[in-house]
Amino acid sequence: MNQLRVLWTFFRLGALNELAYRANFFTQIFQAFVSLGLALGGLVVVFQQTDTLGGWYPNELLALVGIYVLVGGLINLIIQPSMQRFMEDIRLGTLDFLILKPEDAQFLISVRQIEIWKLIDVLMGFGVILMALVRLGGQFGLVEAVSFVVALLAGVTIVYSFWLMLATCAFWFVKTENILVIFQAMYGAGRWPITIYPIWLQTILTFLVPIAFAVTVPAQALTGRLTAQTLLLAVAVAGALFLIARRFWQFGIRFYSGASA
Amino acid sequence: MIKLLLEVYYAQIKTSLAVQFQYRASMVIWMIGRVVQPLVFLVVWTTVARTRGGEVNGYDEGGFAAYFIMQMIVSQATFSWIMWEYDYIIRSGQFNFKLLRPIHPIHADVADNLAYKILSLVILLPVAVLLAWLFPPTFHPQRWSLTAGVLAIGLAFVVRFTIEWTLAMSALWTGRVNAITQIYDVFLIFMSGFFAPLAVMPQAVQVVANFLPFRWLIAFPIELTLGRLTPQAALWGFSMQAFWLLVALTTLTFVWRAGLKQYSAVGS
Repeated sequence: MNQLRVLWTFFRLGALNELAYRANFFTQIFQAFVSLGLALGGLVVVFQQTDTLGGWYPNELLALVGIYVLVGGLINLIIQPSMQRFMEDIRLGTLDFLILKPEDAQFLISVRQIEIWKLIDVLMGFGVILMALVRLGGQFGLVEAVSFVVALLAGVTIVYSFWLMLATCAFWFVKTENILVIFQAMYGAGRWPITIYPIWLQTILTFLVPIAFAVTVPAQALTGRLTAQTLLLAVAVAGALFLIARRFWQFGIRFYSGASA
Repeated sequence: MIKLLLEVYYAQIKTSLAVQFQYRASMVIWMIGRVVQPLVFLVVWTTVARTRGGEVNGYDEGGFAAYFIMQMIVSQATFSWIMWEYDYIIRSGQFNFKLLRPIHPIHADVADNLAYKILSLVILLPVAVLLAWLFPPTFHPQRWSLTAGVLAIGLAFVVRFTIEWTLAMSALWTGRVNAITQIYDVFLIFMSGFFAPLAVMPQAVQVVANFLPFRWLIAFPIELTLGRLTPQAALWGFSMQAFWLLVALTTLTFVWRAGLKQYSAVGS
């Protein structure tokens, strides 16, 4: 309960900080529309030449693009800015102040920096998913809805745990921002269903940089092509990765000696 | 004059090489994005070719492989980060230091860019070979088209750099060029043959692309190197490159003069 209140406070702080720069709102809307336009433009071009891409129909890929935008928005809203601030804090030694606070330190570093404008992407992602669902018509039932939500939660958990483990490496290597560049570069591959890639690339995108779980699996759930096994696998991987990430973080913070003191 | 300029380039490239070599690990990481993009497009289009029974408008799987491996090389050879950089250095006032030098600042920028290209070649070529092994390309180059292709890549770099440097100067008026950069990128992705060979793009895009510089920056050098163009088409391509170079250089001179009068050296 207390954690929810803390989260809400950070949201309000993020909003208050950004409201000083109101013109940014238009810049961010513009950016969001440009990147959505790029994704949709790509779909239009591809589907001029073919009816299905690796077994996916246009409206199904539209749903996938929506999930891609939504998950990307969530990452840029909380996960990435918080982790970047966390690594910066290790470098500067200001993490001292944070671990003194009477709240779980892992929770605090995970939600501390909120890029409020990225809510635009989250909303836009929802909008695209809804549009895709309307166009898909009656093929969407309760089973799909539930497994979609479960798959999405699992996917976001996996991405979060992955990111936390990378950021925790900063306790030893100090400068690790570049590792995050790898994630961003690879995330672009998630705009298309992972299943079209060759096996070696699918393996990388599933286990090395877990984009498959974050985007493709929820999209499979939404379009009714997800098997129960895959869903269970996603949930299991999410649980395991979350625990491993937490243990790794607890292990890592013991190596933090503070740079300022 | 030319001797002096060459000396300046030599010194600047040497310094840039030394500086950028310090960041070689970062460079490898930044290259990942530049490899992943063509790789993704390659997979998407070979998938389309396979669903269509092997071929889309003159490109089969091997054709797409050849196209996108070459796309990776051409876009790496011609790209610049100048619009992103100037958005920052003009706003923060660091532009002043560039102005203090007794030589047009574009020369230092070109030299920096060339140094980066030389270094990144060490990564790019092995990656190209690896990709060619994973996705066997088919192409039929002739000796003349290979030579002409290299020339076309060089010219494309010059034209693209001039255009992007000119656009970057609009920061002298607006203080921010990121919006312009993003619109520019959209055009570059869809009108240049970056996302797909122009032959598989919608008819409307193909028509519009003829009136814009972009296709001569990416698609033309690729198709020429892969031996897809007739000598006549190659000549026409070179003329278009020369035409756009002329347009870009004239605009650059004009914008540079007007921009300097406008510039108020904020941040100092």
